[in-house]
Amino acid sequence: MSKFTSGSLEAKNVHLAFGHNKVLRGIDLSVPAGTTASVIGPSGSGKSTLLRVMNRLIEPDAGDILLDGKSVLKENPDELRRRIGMVFQQFNLFPHKSVGENVAFALRKLRKLPKEQAREEALSQLDLVGLKHKADVRPATLSGGQQQRVAIARALAMKPEVMFFDEATSALDPELVKGVLALMADLAKGGMTMVVVTHEMGFSRNVSDTVTFMDGGVVVESGPPGQVFENPRTERLQGFLSDVL
Amino acid sequence: MDYLNRLAETFLDWKAIAEVLPAMFSVGLPNTLVLAIVSGIIGCVAGMVLALMGISRNPVARWAARVYTDVFRGLPAVLTILVIGLGFGPIFRELTGVTSPYPMGIAALSLMSSAYIGEIFRSGIQSVDKGQLEAARALGFGYGPSLRMVVVPQGIRRVLPALVNQFIALIKESSLVFTLGLLASERELFQIGQDAAARSGNLSGYVAAAVFYLAMTVPLTHLVNWIDARLRTGRPQKMEPDEAAAVVGKGAHS
Repeated sequence: MSKFTSGSLEAKNVHLAFGHNKVLRGIDLSVPAGTTASVIGPSGSGKSTLLRVMNRLIEPDAGDILLDGKSVLKENPDELRRRIGMVFQQFNLFPHKSVGENVAFALRKLRKLPKEQAREEALSQLDLVGLKHKADVRPATLSGGQQQRVAIARALAMKPEVMFFDEATSALDPELVKGVLALMADLAKGGMTMVVVTHEMGFSRNVSDTVTFMDGGVVVESGPPGQVFENPRTERLQGFLSDVL
Repeated sequence: MDYLNRLAETFLDWKAIAEVLPAMFSVGLPNTLVLAIVSGIIGCVAGMVLALMGISRNPVARWAARVYTDVFRGLPAVLTILVIGLGFGPIFRELTGVTSPYPMGIAALSLMSSAYIGEIFRSGIQSVDKGQLEAARALGFGYGPSLRMVVVPQGIRRVLPALVNQFIALIKESSLVFTLGLLASERELFQIGQDAAARSGNLSGYVAAAVFYLAMTVPLTHLVNWIDARLRTGRPQKMEPDEAAAVVGKGAHS
């Protein structure tokens, strides 16, 4: 796996409410360049929302988000999102485009590469996830695991500085989870800065550099995986771990 | 037998039908097609604008699209055509010197079809999974380009059958332009049939017109069914092994 030009990412005291529903209540998260932070917690704890706030799919009410030490809130959000790749639970591939075109699309339209060059670039990204031979079929003909690997290739093609994974394996059949997790671990080893929202405790424990446990819109506990999993300090984390492990 | 003969004379006066055919082919058919196709195209363009207004984040745009759609879907076609044609026709004549009622007929048909087509497009666009918009925006596309390049193309594909149905309706409704009074060379299929019926004293002219309409609408109806079936089964369905087994199981039980 090639090296990446990764950036650091930091969320500072991020707040977000939908009406009276306070989804994020002062979140701090620091992800140094080239490290992997996993975010765990029960459903509805605000994990996925946090990802969407950090790439400004949703604008925060208060707080700051720093990419490479610079606040991103005053920049163009579309350009910000080109620097942050995102992988979704439901893959969200474009069903009306071929696999290759899914990967090449943003290269052509946003990076303005000529068609041939975008296709070549897309093929090499697909090669990295082992799916070059599927470039000309529609996503719907692929298995869930293959689709998610295409989605990862699509995000990587934009040469992001940070990658977000939003429960990337939750929609997969159990036997397909492994391949996607292995690919994610490869990226982490290659030095990509990653924020991984996950229910895969094994991945969180073995691959990530820090683990952040969220509940009710706040960070309850965070630290290196050894500490978080072996010596949970709060009752909430102890309860959560005993439920999921 | 007397009744049968009378019915045959009324509807199937072959001589009257033969007399009207040349005018149907050379005048009526082209005019009907021009009316339906031009107002169909304008209706699609205006309908897309209405659909985008209808899903816009601007409440004024949404409200305007809503009112427009409610009005033009809620009026009888003949009333719209008459009011637009007779109301705006004279002004249009003064401004442009064009005496033909055609532009006004096309305008009225376009106004109505855009209201229907707008709703068709809107429902199609809104049926596209929200994750598609999110994925496009996460790649770095703005809201507008994401809609235009990712969401709208998928939405349109799904509503193709409904669009063709709308075009069928336009072919039929174009007959109502006769209410504006047409010159001989402007007559569409229905008017020619009506004139022939008046001349021959029986309804065979209408029958000839009916055959022309059916020759257009029936194949289109089947086209709708074909597109519909293809959209539903064209994409190879990924079946779980137990799903496949369930189908076999059902077959075995029935």
